[in-house]
Amino acid sequence: MEARVLSPCGVIGSGFPESSFERGLSMKPHVIACDGGSTDNGPAFLGAGKPNFSRSATKRDLKLMLQGRESLGVPMIVGSCGTAGGDAGLEWMRDICLEIAREESLSFNLALVHGEQDKAYLKKKYKEGRIQALDPAPPLDEEIIENSAHIVGMMGDEPIARALDEGADVVLTGRASDTSVFACHPVRMGADRGLSWHAAKILECGAACAVHRARPDGCFAWIRDDHFVVEPLNPQMYCTPQSVASHTLYENTDPYRITEPAGVLDTTRSAYSAESERAVRVAGSEFHTAQRYSIKLEGAELVGYQSVIIGGVRDPMILKQLDSWLDGIREGFETRVREIFPDREAPPAYQLTIRVFGRDAVMGTLEPEADRIPHEVGVLFEVTAEDQVSANTMAATLAHFALHYPIPEWGGLISTLAFPFTPAELEKGPVYRFNLNHVVYPDDPYEMFPTETMEVAN
Amino acid sequence: MAALGELAKLIRSKNAGPFNLTFDVMFDEEETYRRVVASNVLTKEVFCRLYNLAEEKVLLVHHDAARAIKISIPRPVFSCDLEDGDCYGGQQFGPLVNLEVPDP
Repeated sequence: MEARVLSPCGVIGSGFPESSFERGLSMKPHVIACDGGSTDNGPAFLGAGKPNFSRSATKRDLKLMLQGRESLGVPMIVGSCGTAGGDAGLEWMRDICLEIAREESLSFNLALVHGEQDKAYLKKKYKEGRIQALDPAPPLDEEIIENSAHIVGMMGDEPIARALDEGADVVLTGRASDTSVFACHPVRMGADRGLSWHAAKILECGAACAVHRARPDGCFAWIRDDHFVVEPLNPQMYCTPQSVASHTLYENTDPYRITEPAGVLDTTRSAYSAESERAVRVAGSEFHTAQRYSIKLEGAELVGYQSVIIGGVRDPMILKQLDSWLDGIREGFETRVREIFPDREAPPAYQLTIRVFGRDAVMGTLEPEADRIPHEVGVLFEVTAEDQVSANTMAATLAHFALHYPIPEWGGLISTLAFPFTPAELEKGPVYRFNLNHVVYPDDPYEMFPTETMEVAN
Repeated sequence: MAALGELAKLIRSKNAGPFNLTFDVMFDEEETYRRVVASNVLTKEVFCRLYNLAEEKVLLVHHDAARAIKISIPRPVFSCDLEDGDCYGGQQFGPLVNLEVPDP
């Protein structure tokens, strides 16, 4: 048996050379698949339902994929549409797909597999004790589910396979595990699950498994009875056994055990060898079926609206007492805030976050050198409030308040912060946080992922 | 003596999902990889001291096929929470770069 999979790039919208993609098509893939999302970019994309990549960049990649699919008559799958894989992202990708089909006169059966989750369903599962926290996880209750802006479930390969079984040529999905998009068709063709899921883990990042990935590009896999082979599409790139083995490290906590809805990909016994100067052969990967089928949840909730101030401090007198100076600003500002909302009984709730660049802004509590006194620091003040007007109002006052906040060593009015901009405060907009690191135990792999199908005829 | 950053092909950190951080220290040469592992310059204990963490929270793996030392920890602050300063987790490896590895 041989299942051939073409991965044009690590994420749709990041781009790939047409020559690489054409080379991939010439190797006669059984499926073209691409990932469209990640939590890596942060909760704002899930929260606001906005995609990370531009519409035009995404359209360019999708058009080449749809045309490539058409030329070979093979299925095409795009997972985690619109970055977060919520309904907004799936609809966004659907509209781009339909627009391309119209413009290029393409006809195909389209399936949309939804990943966005119904809050009532999740509350019911929660009450039944069928939602479990992973470690570490934020706290969960029904109110947290209710207050989420959006929640998605990360689907496995089964709902995608079912769409293909039912005749879909093009499958666009909501949030899906990156790997299930690639493992789906080989598993459906009867390929070994351990090899399929391991190959999928490599394919999902496009050419990231190459020794030097000069630019976003693609990758090809041949999955056979007792091994698989991977090769970058670009002839100028190459894989080595080490570069392919290293890829299981990327963005995983445990490189030997990668959890999927149906079980665990185990690479402990994987053996990597050179197939050619550019391709690598992998054997021995295993898939252990879990006792319970689980779907990982991702949720985002609105924290508030932000306005931020960037300023620099170069005064050695302030730098040697930086924390007490900032504490003073924090306390003094609390009093000042009460004065600027005279029409309100109580001032709006707010949170003030102060980061000190040049000291510990990057690493926070992990920073071993936070005690050093730098010669200059950048200070980022972030005011987070329940609405944008309040955040802006407070930030404008804070900029002025902090600018002249005194230290005992200097007599007379001082200007303490170097602002690179005027006005000093910048409106940052809504801010979200991830509020779930949990799994659901559904009755079957399909119930959380309803599928719509449509015949696209042009 | 040589700095770990001079011996490694790549030292990197990254989110492993929004709730965990992972660190990869990767080597080109088998000999260098073996030398660093044998030196005990980068162990769970050293890492915890450097990053001010409790050992039970730390997973450390020697991945021979990748010639890599891999360390994973729960994030002290979840990715992109208000107090988080590194949404992608890409700049958390800094303190590892200048660890000194004794000559073999």
